[in-house]
Amino acid sequence: MKDATPEQPLSRLPKFPRQLDPAISTAFACIIVLLILGSLYSASFLSPEYLLQQLKVASFLGVIATGMMMVILLGQIDLSIPWSVAVGGMMACAAAAYGPVGETLAIPFGVACGMVIGFANGIGVAYLRIPSMIITLATNAVAQGLMVVYTGGFSPQDSATVTMRYLATGFLVPGVPNAVLIWAIVGAIAIFVLTRTTFGRSLYGIGNQERAAYLSGINTRRIVLIAFVSCGALSAFGGTLLAGYASKAAQSMGDSYLLPSIAAVVLGGTSILGGRGSYLGTIAGVILITLLQSILSVMQMPEAGRQITYGLVIIVMLLLYGRGPANR
Amino acid sequence: MSEWRFWLKEQRGTLAAVGIFLLMFTIYVSNHPAGLTANVVQTASNKGVLLAFVAMAQTLVVITAGIDLSVGMIFILTNALASWLVIGSPLETSFGVVAVLAAGLACGALNGLIVIYGRLQPIVATIATGAVFFGIALLLRPFPGGSVNEDLADMMTGKIFGVVPSSLVALVAIILVVWVPFSRSVIGRAAYATGSSEIAAYMSSLPIRRAKFTAYLLSGLLAATGGLFLTFFTYTGEAALASGNAYTLFSIASVVLGGVSLFGGRGTAIGAVFGALAFRTIGDLLFVFDFDPLWQPLFQGVVLLVAVSLGAFGLFRVRNRLEWFG
Repeated sequence: MKDATPEQPLSRLPKFPRQLDPAISTAFACIIVLLILGSLYSASFLSPEYLLQQLKVASFLGVIATGMMMVILLGQIDLSIPWSVAVGGMMACAAAAYGPVGETLAIPFGVACGMVIGFANGIGVAYLRIPSMIITLATNAVAQGLMVVYTGGFSPQDSATVTMRYLATGFLVPGVPNAVLIWAIVGAIAIFVLTRTTFGRSLYGIGNQERAAYLSGINTRRIVLIAFVSCGALSAFGGTLLAGYASKAAQSMGDSYLLPSIAAVVLGGTSILGGRGSYLGTIAGVILITLLQSILSVMQMPEAGRQITYGLVIIVMLLLYGRGPANR
Repeated sequence: MSEWRFWLKEQRGTLAAVGIFLLMFTIYVSNHPAGLTANVVQTASNKGVLLAFVAMAQTLVVITAGIDLSVGMIFILTNALASWLVIGSPLETSFGVVAVLAAGLACGALNGLIVIYGRLQPIVATIATGAVFFGIALLLRPFPGGSVNEDLADMMTGKIFGVVPSSLVALVAIILVVWVPFSRSVIGRAAYATGSSEIAAYMSSLPIRRAKFTAYLLSGLLAATGGLFLTFFTYTGEAALASGNAYTLFSIASVVLGGVSLFGGRGTAIGAVFGALAFRTIGDLLFVFDFDPLWQPLFQGVVLLVAVSLGAFGLFRVRNRLEWFG
C-alpha cells in the first residue's frame, strides 16, 4: 500500500490536499452524504441541538476508539474492548458504594481496573509473544467471568456517582456538553502523543516493522505494553462515562462498542496492518459510525438490519482502501 | 530416527490433546454419581460434539494461518435456518438439511472470497461478515422458536443399539468424509504449506488460493453441521449473540488445546476435536465437584488464558532475540 503516485506533479499542489489521505477525504465525504440523506428524511436532522447530541454520543465511542487506534497502529488488535468498557463502568459504580472516599476514587478505580486488563494483554502480546487477537479474547473471557462472579449473575444496582454523571451529561462551557469537551481533550493529547513524542513515533515504527524498530534502539516490548495499558485505560474511562450517561452500569454495556471502535479506526484510514494512519481519520470514522447508527435508528431499522448494514459498510469501505499487498 | 518417531513428533499436539481428554474424562466419570453408563456418555457426547464441529471448522482456517471469527455466527445462522427448514415429510426434511448445509457453504465461500480476492485481514473481515451473518439470523428468528423434525432429531441425539451415542457416530462420519480426504489431498497439503510459509508455497507453485478457498468453504460446511446438530438438541432456533460469541471463543480454545498452531501449518482437526471434548469436560468437572455454576465463565476463561499462554514456552528455545519479532 505504498504511495505509488510520483512526487513531481503533486508538489505543485498546495500543501493541504497533498497531505490529506484519500481514506480521510472519503470518510468526510460520506459524513456529508449521510447528513444530506438525513436532512431529506427529517428536517430536524441538521438542527444544532440534534448535531450536538450526535457529537455527545460520538464522544464515548471517540474515547474508546482512541485506545483502539494506538493498538491498531502497532499492527495488533484489542478484542477485550467489550469487557474493558463494562469493567470500567461497573467497578467505578462499585467503588462509589464505599462512602465519600469511594465516590472520589470511583473514576480512577474504574480506569485502574481497565489498566489491569490492558496490562495482562500487553504482557501477553509484548513479552509472551501471543497473537494479540487470541490473548485479548482470553482476557475478555476472564474479565467477563470475574464480573459474572462479582455480580452473582444479576446486573448490579449500583448507580453512577454525581461526578460521573456530570462528566457525561453536564455542561461546563454553556452549549458544549462535557463529554464532547473530554473527547476534545483526549483527542488533543492523542494527536500530541502520536505526532510530537518519541512514544508516538515508536508506535508507527513498530507498526511498520517491529524488527527494524528494535534494531534502531527502541524498547519495542515496553512500548507495546504501554500501548495496551493505555487502550485498557481509555476503554475503561469510556465505560465510566457511559455509566454516567446511563446513570448506571450494566454487564452488556460494552458489547456494542467492539465492532464500531474497530470500524471507526479502520474507516478513518488507519491501516489494520499497522504503521499508517492519523487521528484526524479516527475522528472522521467515529463521527461517520455515529451518524450511521443515528440514521439507522431514526429510520427505525430493526437490530438485524443494523448488524447487516454495519458489516457490509465495513467490508465495502475496507475493500475500497484497506486491502493488503498482492502476493507477487 | 526410525519412521514412527517422525510420526510421533508430527502428531505430538494431537496425542497430547487425546491424553488431556482421556485424563479429564476419567476424572469426570469416576466422580460422576452414575459412573460410566451409556447415558452419561450420551450426554457428554451430545454436548461435546457441537463444539467439536465448530472447532473443526476453525481448525481448517487456522491451518492456512488465517482465523475465522465468524464460525460462531455461521453456527447460529444455520441453527436459525434449520428451525425453519428441517421439518415435515422425509423428503422436505432432507431438502432442509441440504439447504442448511448449502447455506453454511455459502457463508464459508463469502469469507473465502473476501479474504483471498479482497485481500483483507481475516480478523477484521470475519468480524464484519460475522455481524452480517448474525443480522440474517436475527431476521430469520427475531424471537426463539421454530421446530424440527423430531424423529430425525431423536435419531441423531439418541443411542445406536442402546449403547453408542449416535452424535458421536455422526462426528466420526464427518471426520471420515470431510477431514480425511481434505488432509490427504493436494489441496490439503497446499493448505498446510500456505500456513507454514505462504511465500515458499507460492514459489513452489502450489494452489494457494484454491487451498485457502477450500479451507474457508469446508469451515462453513462444518459450522453448518454444528448448527444443524444444535437444532437437533434444542428442537428450536435462536439468534443468541452471546452463544455465537461463546462458540467462536471456545473454538479457538479447543484449537489451541488440540495442538493446532495459531500461526498456521501445524496440527490436525482430530486434535481439535479432542481439544473440544476436553474443553467441554473441563466445564463439566465443575458440576461434578459441586461448584457454583456462576464460576463457570471465569473458570473457562482461565483455562483459555492458560492454554494460549502455553504457546509462550516456545520462547525458551529462541536463541536470537530478533526471532521474537517473527
